[in-house]
Amino acid sequence: MRSPLFFLICLIVGGAVFAAAVALGNDYYFFAGYVVLQYVVLSTAWNILGGYCGYVNFGSAAFFALGAYSTVALHRLYPLPIPAMLIADGVVSGVVGFGMGYLTLRLRGAFFAIATLALAVVLETLIVNWEYVGGSRGAYIVRPESIGPFGNYIEYLFLIMMLLAVAAITAARVIERSRLGFGFATIRDDELAAEASGVPTLRLKLIATTISGALMGMAGAPFPYYIGYLQPSSAFSLDYAVNSIAMPLIGGTTSWVGPLIGAILLGSLQQLATVTISSAVNLLIVGLLLVGFVIVAPNGIIGLVHKYLQRKPDDFVGRRHVDAEAPNRVPGPAP
Amino acid sequence: MTELLKIDNLGKRFAGFVALENISLAVAAGERVGLIGPNGSGKSTLVNCICGTLPNDTGSVRFDGHVLDGSSAHQRTRRGLARTFQLPRPFASLSLLDNIRIPLIYTVAARGIHRSGHEIEARCVELLREVGLEGKARRLPRDLTQVEMRKLELARAMAAEPKLLIADESMAGLTHSEIEEIITLLLRLNQRGVTIILIEHIMRAVMSFSRRLVVLVSGRKIADGQPDDVMRNPEVERAYLG
Amino acid sequence: MIFSFDLLINAIVSGILIGAFYAAVTAGVSLSFGILDIVNIAHPAFIILGSYIAYIVSVSLGLDPIITSILVMPAFYALGAGIYQIYYVSFEKRGQESLRGLAFFFGLLFITEVSLVLYFGVDYRYVEAPYIGPTWHIGYVDIPMRLLVPCLVSLLLIAVLQLVLTRTFIGRAIMAVAQDQFALQLMAVDPIRIKRIAFGISIATASLAGAFLIIIQPVEPSVGRQYIGRVFAICVLGGMGSLPGTLIAALLIGVFESLTSTFYGPSWAPAVSFGFLLLALAVRPAGLLGR
Repeated sequence: MRSPLFFLICLIVGGAVFAAAVALGNDYYFFAGYVVLQYVVLSTAWNILGGYCGYVNFGSAAFFALGAYSTVALHRLYPLPIPAMLIADGVVSGVVGFGMGYLTLRLRGAFFAIATLALAVVLETLIVNWEYVGGSRGAYIVRPESIGPFGNYIEYLFLIMMLLAVAAITAARVIERSRLGFGFATIRDDELAAEASGVPTLRLKLIATTISGALMGMAGAPFPYYIGYLQPSSAFSLDYAVNSIAMPLIGGTTSWVGPLIGAILLGSLQQLATVTISSAVNLLIVGLLLVGFVIVAPNGIIGLVHKYLQRKPDDFVGRRHVDAEAPNRVPGPAP
Repeated sequence: MTELLKIDNLGKRFAGFVALENISLAVAAGERVGLIGPNGSGKSTLVNCICGTLPNDTGSVRFDGHVLDGSSAHQRTRRGLARTFQLPRPFASLSLLDNIRIPLIYTVAARGIHRSGHEIEARCVELLREVGLEGKARRLPRDLTQVEMRKLELARAMAAEPKLLIADESMAGLTHSEIEEIITLLLRLNQRGVTIILIEHIMRAVMSFSRRLVVLVSGRKIADGQPDDVMRNPEVERAYLG
Repeated sequence: MIFSFDLLINAIVSGILIGAFYAAVTAGVSLSFGILDIVNIAHPAFIILGSYIAYIVSVSLGLDPIITSILVMPAFYALGAGIYQIYYVSFEKRGQESLRGLAFFFGLLFITEVSLVLYFGVDYRYVEAPYIGPTWHIGYVDIPMRLLVPCLVSLLLIAVLQLVLTRTFIGRAIMAVAQDQFALQLMAVDPIRIKRIAFGISIATASLAGAFLIIIQPVEPSVGRQYIGRVFAICVLGGMGSLPGTLIAALLIGVFESLTSTFYGPSWAPAVSFGFLLLALAVRPAGLLGR
């Protein structure tokens, strides 16, 4: 299916979901749905670097918070309309993603992962000490009552996040099927062999971190309006770090479908759970699912579906399939 | 004949250990050079330094008139240098066809040669056919036997349309007839103008294939010349027979 | 910022004392990451687990936390061995350790922390021991006993570990397995068993480190997170697997953190070790073969 058609279909589906939510008449669906859509964007973004390239980012919360706080900072200067904020925040996060990548992507994946953790903490410390955006006390952002044709501001926010989600999965799908996607796969499979085959691995990794960071930042951009009162602890919440890793790994990291499934399933589950059980048990379940899937079903739900249908992976979503029984490669540096 | 690869006083140390010392070597276009030496003599380190996987500490590497020092591995591949790995390193999640596609869309395309999707696909199949793997084109590398994996390595290196190919122990663990297959492949490549450096332990293969033999012992080059002359060299005898 | 000489001296002294403790905390990671190349970012969570066990035993039986942790070490060793076995079978064997292995440990970190929250709540817990209250005064230098005792036992731990690694067969096998698994196999030593033992030892040290932690400061489940950056910063700066190097790096970071906290305020302290980490990583030799 060609991409423009795919994009159109997603828009239609998204529009239908929106219409259904409006019909249901309860604002709760918009609030809950916003969070789920947010996770669709975050997981898809994470997966571009994590699933496609094999580089784990533990600092998703940092980019998300960067987007949220960029909005706060800009809002204090001049309250731009949200779409403009989105783009501005995306640029900021993308630049930070690029910068972080430039510093750390020459290293092995493990060091990169640790560096992302470090970055998240450094960023959080900087923000907590920055009075202009409220520091540790937090910042209030007044949400307008209504905007344009929407009866309700939350409907507007929901729609924005829906559009962002559609854009994210279309982008992921386009990347997957392009030369870039092949390059990413070689980086994940064997970076040394990729370089020897002519793949400019550093450049591609930088592209991945930039796109990933930018998307995460955009996911965080409307957050201050959603929540009304932004504190570092909520923006940098570990929820984002864990979920943006758990959702793609549980859904399946080899294609855009995985993060989508993971986000919708896990996200909805968590929305239900926070109403019924405590958020701590919620997180425990996510952690257990993450560990369980990673051990038992490395290809996630997509992989399980394949096995159930007994099909060869390349028949279904294309080429990328994690090899659970790959021959043992001697670990360590190349000879 | 033109000098394709020129290595001057190349040196490489790992912490205190000297892996390579003062290696100088010139390879002309079209040559068939065999590189031999006991285990640990630095052969693979030399390959890694030539191809950019490891940075050399001293000396310089010149290829096709360009100085390679400081450039990354993928840049060297684009210049026309290709290599296989001692232990095959296929892209495990890609089909054989896609494994071959990578050098075509990254290395060859970067040289400004534009091919359509169909042409690229056809070329991939052709390359697989050359190594006898076109039947498994859509399978994953894990479905391959040892010798098939080595052939895939070679095919992938060939896909980069190199001027110089370094084949690093492509024949280890293979049977007589399998070794013959690989040699035939390499000879065919050489006939098409690709310069080949063959690194091998299997003396029969090296002797029959190489027009020139280079011997590395403990990081130093101790012999460089006609295979028969080199094998009669007392230092070489000592290195191998103790 | 009020600069006074005795403030400076005290900051440095407590930095050194805490630094030694950081070395004990990092020793386990020097083993698992520095030597075995396993990115166990859940290590701090196991330390917190050790703290809580010391806490329960202290509250119910009145036993000294350090003694408790030593008694509990075999259980931690078994836990470590078990976790390595799962890690090996699920990830190392399949070559998946980069993505899924990392996610595995991240999940473990999470599960451990959240389980502790569910069981104990988020209140700070602390232990009682005769050496926690008093402070030794030398001139204008204050040496709190609650820092000195863990410091001394930490140094002892590092010394013992170093001896084990360099003088015993198992220790040298562990050092060897990082360099050349194949050679070990040729000597009829099972590298997987060696790694399992090493990882078990690594987690066992967490038990002791946990006791130190709860002696030094009150503990609640999320405290572990601050240590992730510290531990890896020290491990990387210390040269990855060198225990003496780890000690020096730990002392350095301890002092810097202490100085920052004293003169710039505690809210900047987390950034010190993580900043060091980013710096250490940025300055490392470039290249895919890194190490």
